[in-house]
Amino acid sequence: MIAETAPAVQVRRRPRFAVALIVAGLILALLSFVRSVTGADDLTSSGTFSATLRVSMPILLAGLGGLYAERAGIVNIGLEGMMILGTWFGAWAGWQWGPWAGVLMGMAGGATGGLLHAVATVSFGIDHIISGVAINILAAGVTRFLSVIAYTNVPGAGITQSPQVKGSIPDFNLPVAAGGHIFGLSTPDVFGWIERKRWFFLSDVGALLKGLTGNVAVLTIIAIALVPITWWILWRTAFGLRLRSVGEHPVAAESLGVRVYTMKYIAVVISGALAGMAGAFLVFEEAGIYREGQTAGRGFIALASLIFGNWRPMGVAAGAGLFGYADALQLRSNTSILALLLFAAIALALVAVWLLTRGRIVPALAVAVLSGMVFWWHAVANTVPNEFIAITPYVVTLLVLALAAQRLRPPAADGRRYRKGQSEAV
Amino acid sequence: MRVRRMLIALLAPVSALVLAVLISSAAVLLIHKSPITTFRLMASFGVRTDSLIFAANEAIPLFVSGLAVAIGFKMGLFNIGVEGQYTLAALVAAYVGAVTPVPGVIRIVLILLVAMIVGAAWASIGGVLKITRGVHEVISTIMLNFVAFGITAYLLSHFLKQQNLRGDFVIKTKEIPSSGLIPSLNGLLRALGVHPPAGSELYGFLPLAIVIGVAYYVLVWRTRFGYDLRASGSNPDAARVSGVDSRAMVMKMMILSGAIAGLVGMPDLFGLYHRYTIDFVAGLGFTGIAVALVGRNHPVGIALAAFLFGFLDRAAQILDLEGIPKEITIIMRGVIILCVVIAYEVVRRIVQAQEVRAAAERMRLMTQEAESVPA
Repeated sequence: MIAETAPAVQVRRRPRFAVALIVAGLILALLSFVRSVTGADDLTSSGTFSATLRVSMPILLAGLGGLYAERAGIVNIGLEGMMILGTWFGAWAGWQWGPWAGVLMGMAGGATGGLLHAVATVSFGIDHIISGVAINILAAGVTRFLSVIAYTNVPGAGITQSPQVKGSIPDFNLPVAAGGHIFGLSTPDVFGWIERKRWFFLSDVGALLKGLTGNVAVLTIIAIALVPITWWILWRTAFGLRLRSVGEHPVAAESLGVRVYTMKYIAVVISGALAGMAGAFLVFEEAGIYREGQTAGRGFIALASLIFGNWRPMGVAAGAGLFGYADALQLRSNTSILALLLFAAIALALVAVWLLTRGRIVPALAVAVLSGMVFWWHAVANTVPNEFIAITPYVVTLLVLALAAQRLRPPAADGRRYRKGQSEAV
Repeated sequence: MRVRRMLIALLAPVSALVLAVLISSAAVLLIHKSPITTFRLMASFGVRTDSLIFAANEAIPLFVSGLAVAIGFKMGLFNIGVEGQYTLAALVAAYVGAVTPVPGVIRIVLILLVAMIVGAAWASIGGVLKITRGVHEVISTIMLNFVAFGITAYLLSHFLKQQNLRGDFVIKTKEIPSSGLIPSLNGLLRALGVHPPAGSELYGFLPLAIVIGVAYYVLVWRTRFGYDLRASGSNPDAARVSGVDSRAMVMKMMILSGAIAGLVGMPDLFGLYHRYTIDFVAGLGFTGIAVALVGRNHPVGIALAAFLFGFLDRAAQILDLEGIPKEITIIMRGVIILCVVIAYEVVRRIVQAQEVRAAAERMRLMTQEAESVPA
């Protein structure tokens, strides 16, 4: 990688961003088509998009957390545990002092878990997965214990849940676009108006924008802003370069004077803090309390979205959005889920055609068969069992891994043990 | 030298245990209780006959689960999917066992076989993904866990549940007839002069678990296959050069690990539930990882670790009466895992440094000798 010389002729490629926008447009058009065919309006209603946004944020935050750790070469299976710490400490501080203290304490709780992971993996050189598993077990135990101490004699609380948190984080409506207020004056709800027109595609775009701009929690805005910020930090600053170099080739980084241990520590602590923030988000934007088992495996979904997103911030966001969408739709209506099957079948058929044009016959056939199965399922089923919606993220991740594992590129030294002063990674 | 090596081997677990006790004591002190009282209470309650039986019953499935994880560990494979494998296996085995009309012992064998086959089949997905698509088994088995939970819930509530239960809202499969259950070992205990109080029954699965443990030991340390297996774990390149087919090895390992994992739910199925219900015992797979880690992948170590976890769980039941949260043991578990893992790593490094120093010393002596010999 280091010895590679720059190609003499720069190949002009379409910017990544433009490609992403085109793909997103195609997906929305296909959704719009399925909506008009099946009449499942919830497929692209602003309510669904709004719910998607809310459900995706914890996955996004924890996924970004995973990104920092793995870019520095530390696999973080402990995201779930750090998220659990975030929910507990977030709710506890939120009950004491209000939401913003809650968010900060949630982050601090998660960061503590991250610090523990860093001590175990970086300083003691323990296998990353083992440490992560231990942290997940430890976090569940510690929160249960803390609940016993903190909530035993508190009305409305107990060993499995906290009292209601104080206050809430404000929501935000974009003026003009989604009917927000400027200086107390109400403004038109342009996107909502477009949505109600039921035009093909245009209304769906309107609904998407309305969903993304109406009643958005401030915490959501922060979370979304973290995507470009993370990209900028990791790919455009000296700090980010050092952090990634530690995850790609720590020996080379060390020889150039990068403090490998310090970088790894920082990365894993940031990772924990973001996972903790994800936990706090669950507390403040969904339940209003801490509940045992609240994270419900979201830390692992975040891990899935990290892999799905090829260890890149926009990819993580796409994964979180996808998994959040399936979840949000399930919350809203089962008929829409049935329509989603049609969407999945068509999308898979398109992927099969695309694979065929690339000459990848075997995967194309596999996807085509899958597409046929989903078509058939859509044709014969009246409802989709909720259990299947719940497993969607995991199945999608397994499919992506099975079909595109060669296209994924994790950091080169991800998960490797690194000791200072060793000549080569063993 | 031998004594010294044994001392070093003991150093890690002992220091880990001491550290774990210290940290747990700190947690107890934090809530203004006496650690000494706490441990004294736990010890005196924990050694009662019924407590020991309870602890053993809890330890049996953990032991099996630990073995399932450990056999993967021995070749550097991490089967995190034991949880999903045993859940799915327990459901299918309980259903098949309840509805198939066969006589007693055959029913028991049938249930065990079905459980092993389902566990192995589910684990093999991870194996296939690894050898054909290069998917890391940790990721695939984590994902497969959740898929297994979904499928289990779906199968149970749509197809395999017992119909026409009036006034009973717990979703469950049909009960396995008592002739198809492994009887408890209380008769044996009485013959040995131990009289368990009513309601306290030692799981009949215990002898089977011991057989599995012995089989694990023989397979891993006393056969050619086990040698290849350990070689693949400690030095994959060397193993490949010496002719071990690593892909076939991965597949065999996942199937073997999954087959053992399928049995994890069996002790509780036979001894307690007699059917699969929506609230069937959960978490054994994850705890099994911890048990394998603490037990250092050795059957005796795993057995001790499993019993330690079971004992802690049981002994803590008394604490609530004294106003000490029994959840302290969950913390103890987590702390023990981390301490054991760290202690072994540190000791390993100390030993390594010593060996390097000793080798350097021998080298120096040899060169001196060579120089002192007149030419």
